[in-house]
Amino acid sequence: MMREITYLEAVREAMSIEMRKNDDVYILGEDIGVYGGAFGVTRGMIEEFGPERIRNTPISEAGIAGAAVGSALTGMRPILELQFSDFITIALDQMVNQAAKIRYMYGGKGKVPMVLRTPSGSGTGAAAQHSQSLEAWVAHIPGLKVVQPSTAYDAKGLLKAAMDDENPVIFYEHKLLYKTSSAVPEEEYSIPLGKADIKREGTDVTIVATAIMVHKSLEAAKELEKEGISVEVIDPRTIVPLDEETIVNSVKKTGKVIVVHEAVKRGGIGGEIASMIAESEAFDYLDAPIKRLGGASSPIPYNPELEKAHVPQVSDIIKAVKETLNRA
Amino acid sequence: MQLTKEKLLVPELSNDKLIDLYKQMWQIRLFDEKVDEFFAKGMIHGTTHLAVGQEASAAGVCALLTLEDKITSTHRGHGHCIAKGATADKMMAELFGRTTGYCKGKGGSMHIADVDMGNLGANGIVAGGIPLAVGSALTAKMKKLDYVTVCFFGDGATNEGSFHEAVNLAAIWDLPVIFVCENNQYGMSGPVKEMTRVENIADRAHAYGIPGVVADGNDIIEMINVTDEAIKRARSGKGPTLIEAKTYRWKGHSKSDAKKYRTREEEQEWRKKDPIKRYKEILIEAGILTEEKAEEIRLAVKQEIEDAVKFAEESPKPTLDDLLTDVYA
Repeated sequence: MMREITYLEAVREAMSIEMRKNDDVYILGEDIGVYGGAFGVTRGMIEEFGPERIRNTPISEAGIAGAAVGSALTGMRPILELQFSDFITIALDQMVNQAAKIRYMYGGKGKVPMVLRTPSGSGTGAAAQHSQSLEAWVAHIPGLKVVQPSTAYDAKGLLKAAMDDENPVIFYEHKLLYKTSSAVPEEEYSIPLGKADIKREGTDVTIVATAIMVHKSLEAAKELEKEGISVEVIDPRTIVPLDEETIVNSVKKTGKVIVVHEAVKRGGIGGEIASMIAESEAFDYLDAPIKRLGGASSPIPYNPELEKAHVPQVSDIIKAVKETLNRA
Repeated sequence: MQLTKEKLLVPELSNDKLIDLYKQMWQIRLFDEKVDEFFAKGMIHGTTHLAVGQEASAAGVCALLTLEDKITSTHRGHGHCIAKGATADKMMAELFGRTTGYCKGKGGSMHIADVDMGNLGANGIVAGGIPLAVGSALTAKMKKLDYVTVCFFGDGATNEGSFHEAVNLAAIWDLPVIFVCENNQYGMSGPVKEMTRVENIADRAHAYGIPGVVADGNDIIEMINVTDEAIKRARSGKGPTLIEAKTYRWKGHSKSDAKKYRTREEEQEWRKKDPIKRYKEILIEAGILTEEKAEEIRLAVKQEIEDAVKFAEESPKPTLDDLLTDVYA
């Protein structure tokens, strides 16, 4: 039987395997050295790879993001760790105006092979500035790729693909998933960016869910099964590129679709996915309006009940499925 | 080498190289003057930022760079491009939006780059290139390569957070990078004296524990000398230097500038410090150049720019299919 490791260990293992093989790969970030990173992802790595390649930086998100971009442009393959995905606000000029555009602006000359890894999501009580899910912001920028693994297995394979990619990739690690485990092969493997995974097959309704919402949707599906409702759960795994085909095919099969993410619903990636479905051939197969579930239009509150109320819960998903079925 | 009674050139440069640099300063000036003319006539769209009057810092700093060395540049970057080896024809073609341009017509004035020649690109974001230069220098250090990275930026950029973060990073890691602040006295309309309390931008170097040097940015010999020392320091692993080149842009910030924030008298004062004229006088006094030869060079460059325009005009435009290429590698 295959061993199980945590999501956090899977991320670390993917990086360690790659760093043993390729001297051009290095990690930079705040407190990633002896401290092991804000969430412990790089723990033990400085002992194996040394301080040159596990490069502890000052608290300078714009500076270190730019250093990553500049070193990628000149032949390195940096992995930039940001302690919390909220801090990408400080690094955005380098990611959006530089990394994403350099190849295009330079007429196809130069490339920026780098991975920006960062933990996102709420549920830790860290409140408004340490809990956001801002993936739709970067998904909006041509030139970037955006990855959101939901399992340890996916995290390892997707990170390998991200490290192999010749473009800047934003890799979101959900902080509540770090301690979740799944069967993960010891050897290296790659999961192509742009390939969705059908986490559960079903016939009555499709749920497209990202990151931690994949697990909540699977839980909801299990509950609904007891009532004879068959739910298909699709995890796009990467929102740029987006595997439109898998989503469209599923909707054509079920005729009903709910899109669920933790990020604020307004302007979230769910709007993009819903529009894509509406514009596709699946539109003719829809038996009910497309439904979106997402975070409330407020900052993430501190109080645990309010924090929970901000993001979709299993009960919300069950309710949404039933509403959708009733509309059909 | 003692060029004149007052002018000592520290690094060894051949007479041919010194004459080349004179030619290069004219290339920078006449290229930008031609661009200015085309914008005024509406022959090029978009915007442009000209470095007329600032030729000595671009040419002087790049005089000692090898092909392997890198630069990052700014929105006012045509001069840096030329100094790092770019040719006027492909630059002009870029401004005309043609496929023969350095960026196949997709970058334009603010984004000319030639990565193969070590030009990591101009930049439309003030201070945007500073962290990039630090990253390039980090590559040199990690791969144990011998190249240095020169990072050009203006006085305005030193009030950006990116400047602070990047210079600090370069300092703590002893990176082989040379920060060259071209202080042309104004960040768009903002006089440097109103935007910072320090007398010299170079004084800020102390805050990072690195050397800061003030230089006459309109004196190419002085620019070469200070850069020589900074390059030696960088190549020997001692880390970065901040050079401040005090200079002046003769033209407005961009094409739409009425220059209400400064006086015509001030402009005339700076025109007296014309870096090309000053360099010509030094070369003539040193017996390296004659008036006749100098004029010959100017006329040859003028023709070169005309040829570049012709090349650009005759070059093909991109097809609409090019819109979506080069977004991803």
